[in-house]
Formats: sequence, C-alpha cells, structure tokens
Amino acid sequence: MKKSIKKDPRFKVAEKEAWIGIGLVLFNFIWWYGFAYGLGSAPADEYTFIMGLPAWFFWSCAAGFVVMVILVSAAVKFLFKEVPFEENGEGGESE
Amino acid sequence: MNWQVIAPLIFFLIIIFLVGLWSSRKIDTGSSFLQDYFLGGRQLGGFILAMTMIATYGSASSFIGGPGVAYTQGLGWVLLAMSQVVTGYFVLMVLGKKFAITARKYNAVTLIDFLKERYDSKWVVWLSSLSIIIFLFSAMAAQWVGGARLIESLTGLSYLSALFIFAASVMVYVVIGGFRAVAVTDAVQGGIMFMGTMILLVAVIVAGGGIPNIISDLSSENPNLITPFGFDGGLTPLYVSSFWILVGVGVVGLPQVAVRAMSYKNARAMHRAIIIGTIVVGFIMLGMHLIGVFARPILPGIEVGDKVMPMIAMEVLPPWLAGIVLAAPMAAIMSTVDSLLLLVSSAIVKDVYINYIKPDAEESTIKKMSFAVTALLGTLVCIMALSPPDLLIWLNLFSFGGLEAAFIWPVVLGLYWAKGNKYGAVASMITGTASYILFHTFYPNAFGMNTVVLPIALSLASYVTVSLFTEKSASAAAEI
Repeated sequence: MKKSIKKDPRFKVAEKEAWIGIGLVLFNFIWWYGFAYGLGSAPADEYTFIMGLPAWFFWSCAAGFVVMVILVSAAVKFLFKEVPFEENGEGGESE
Repeated sequence: MNWQVIAPLIFFLIIIFLVGLWSSRKIDTGSSFLQDYFLGGRQLGGFILAMTMIATYGSASSFIGGPGVAYTQGLGWVLLAMSQVVTGYFVLMVLGKKFAITARKYNAVTLIDFLKERYDSKWVVWLSSLSIIIFLFSAMAAQWVGGARLIESLTGLSYLSALFIFAASVMVYVVIGGFRAVAVTDAVQGGIMFMGTMILLVAVIVAGGGIPNIISDLSSENPNLITPFGFDGGLTPLYVSSFWILVGVGVVGLPQVAVRAMSYKNARAMHRAIIIGTIVVGFIMLGMHLIGVFARPILPGIEVGDKVMPMIAMEVLPPWLAGIVLAAPMAAIMSTVDSLLLLVSSAIVKDVYINYIKPDAEESTIKKMSFAVTALLGTLVCIMALSPPDLLIWLNLFSFGGLEAAFIWPVVLGLYWAKGNKYGAVASMITGTASYILFHTFYPNAFGMNTVVLPIALSLASYVTVSLFTEKSASAAAEI
C-alpha cells in the first residue's frame, strides 16, 4: 500500500511556507504585544491619541492589522510558489 | 413584532435556502459521491475557501458573546480579540500545500482519513471519531440553541417555532447539498457578516459623535476602559497573550477548520484565500468588538452582554437596516452549524461505517446512508435543543479547547515530523483531552493563562516522548 517515494520536491516548498507562517505569527505577536503594553502601560491620563484612538490601540490593533495584511500579501505574492497538487498520471481527475 | 426588522431576516433565510438548493444541483455529477458530498470534490476556489473558513470559525461568540464582553471590558477585550487575525493566514500556511498534497495522495476525504493513513492505527481512528462525534455534536447543539434564541428575541416567536424555522432552513440544504452547499452558503453568510460589521461600525461611530468623543466619554466613565487591562485592571498581559493559543494558532487543530484545508482546487486558490481570509477575519473581529466598546456611551447600563449587539443595532439603525445587520449573527451561527452537522455526519458515515462496519458498501447504499445520517443527526440535535441535557452543556465547554488539544499535534507533527507514530498520536490525544477536562474542572486558567495552554503543551510533550520511545517497535517511518 505504501509506496516508497523519495522526498517530494513540492514538500520542500510546503515546509518553507509553513516556516514563513510561523515567522509571520511571531512578528504579529511581537508587534501586537510591544505596542499594546509598551505604550498602554502608561497611566491613562498621559495617553496620546491618534485619530481619536489611544495610541497603543491605534498601533497595536488598527495599524497592526493593516501591517499584517500587507506582510501576508507580500509573502504570498513573492515567496509562495504554485505547485501542482495532483499526482502525475494517477486517477482520472484532471482540470 | 417589528415587521421592518423581520422582513430582511426572512429574506435572508430564503436567499440562503435558495443558494443552498442551487449549489446542490451539481452533487450527482461528480465521479465519487463521498468526495463530492463531504469535500465538494476538492474544487473550492480562493474566495469561497476563505469565506467558508472564516464563517465556520466565526460563530455566535464573535457576533454576540464577544461584543458583549467588550462592552464590559473596554478596549482591552478588543486587543484580545485581535489575536484571531492569525487564523486568517496561519491555518492555511501551516497545513498548507503539504496537507493538500498528502490528502490527495491518501485519497483522504475527512481529517480522520488522513490520520488513518498517516498512523495506520485503529485506535487513532476510533479516538478521533469519538471525540469529533461527541464534542462537535454538543457544540452544534449549543449553537442551535443560540440560533433559536436569537430568532426568538428578534421576532418574538416562541422558542419552539424559532427552533423549527432555524432547523428547517439549515437542514434542507446541508442534507441534500453536502459540502458544496455548505461552502457556497458560507460564502454568502460570510459576505453578510462583513457587510453587517461595516454598516454597524459606521452607524455606531456616527451615533456616538465620532471616535474622539466616544473615547473621551469612555475615559470619563472609567479610564480603565481605554487601557489594555480591562475595566478593573484584571486583564493581565499573560492572560491576554495566552488567547493566541486558544483562538489563534490552536485553531489549526479544529477538525471543522482543518478539513477545509484539504478542500481547495489548487495553489492559486490557497494563495488568494490566505489574503482574503486575513482581511475579512481581521476586519470582522476588530469591527465587531469595537462596536461592543463604542456601544457603551450610547446605551449605558445593559446588564446582559448577549443583548448588546441586538440592542445597539436597533438603537442606531433604521429598522430595515437593523434587520439586515442582525442577519449577520444569524449567518455566523448558521455557517458554523452547517459545517459541524456535515462533519459529524462524515465521521459517522465515512470514518466509522465504511471503515469498520461495512467496507464493501455500494455507492447507492453510501449515498442513502449519507443523506439519512445527516438528516437524522439534524433532527436529533433539534430534539436535544428543545431542552438541552446537562451532559450536553457540560461537554460543550470542552468542545473548542478539548478538540484543539486532541488534534493539533497528531495533525501538524503528523505532517512534518516523520518520527511521529501511532503511539505518540494516541498518547497525545488522550493526554490533551483528558488534561483539558481536568484543568477546566479543577484548576481553570492555571498560572494566569487560558486553560487551553497547558493541555496543548502536555499533549505535545506526550506526542514527542512516546513517539521517540516507541520508535523501534513502530513500523517503518512514514514517508513524509
């Protein structure tokens, strides 16, 4: 039942992309945590405001979301590779 | 009863019903019924994939429960909710192409199919089928109750008729349409969730006199509301951060989400879904929770958190628009319930019946079984929702974290770590679920973190150690 196949080159692509995913999460977390607790730990009456929102919230949540969308899009556009999913010559499914 | 509110809701239910019926037409043309019914023939494009993942994941808690807590806690709870942006890209990136390719290689239709081929063990299949059936059945019943309650409170109908309307509108398209109908209706529902969030957010900001005004109102009521620490300073950084595990990266382990990561057509669909998914989930989570906070100065003194979202919509919007916006939580509940219904049905038909009871069942028998089991499950949930037994409510408490702790490592390490074996997988599933139930019962939020963190760590430890210790006795390492 099990075929012995040498490491599929497509899996190299997949593994690289999984690491990119983990890297993005780490970056996302640091950005989110750094701005929220870096700026937000000051007493509330010393807060500065951007577009009406407390600066910690603006940077951590609003800007953080936009930054992640840009980074994720860039990662997908420039680093992700398109690989075929179907096995060659196996099964009748074709598209 | 307010017909101006109810009319858009009825219109929404009819649309969903028709879309579901329409997309089920294609069901009998596929080459393999099972693959078609439970996985949409692996043909999802990027937009539908993104929407069905978000809509399945986003449930009553994103639209009703979450904004209610944000109303009480302030901006600190929005901060916590933003950990969910991760789900938009992490699940698809990590399971990614490897899962899609391997699932095709194994010809896997369900998550359990994948585990069965990967670990080649009866125990893994039984344990995972059981936990999916038990936990997701109870989760489904809870959402079902939520859906009926929402209809009840919006329309003034009795709970019984509300439940009937809700059940009928979901069941018909799921039973006859299968995964494709679920995914396509999810896309419509996801669109409604997005639009509803946008309309209500703008309306709330306008009603509150602009963001600076709202923030200064909040701050003069209680300055803690605009800090990251919650209204009483009780949200510690560690506690808030630990939600990155529960509602962020841990979502990879949820079977209803993971199964979608094997349903897409090609790499391009996956790439598009990652981008669209991140934008939509981030916007919905940020928007809905901000609405909860901003509602506070406009409608002070709401005691029951679950009422914040319906009440603020009725307050700041004209009735017909409120009806459209309130279709969003309906959509969120329906799109979760339909996926769970189909997943539990697939566990029974494909993973238990065909694997172990009747492996040589004919196509026509399988077809009848699938329709019948799905319909029967729906009816059973409906009966349970009439007066939910305590056991069900208790089980539902564990459905989210318990499933994450059970599945995350057998799936993720099963994909990427060749030495992981069936002993490790069984150990990790038992440790994860059991320790989650124990922690939840005896020591919730252990060490100031969300309850899910330690069970996930423990199940990782047992997966790795048991796999390494039994390395020699296990059959040849998996080809991954």
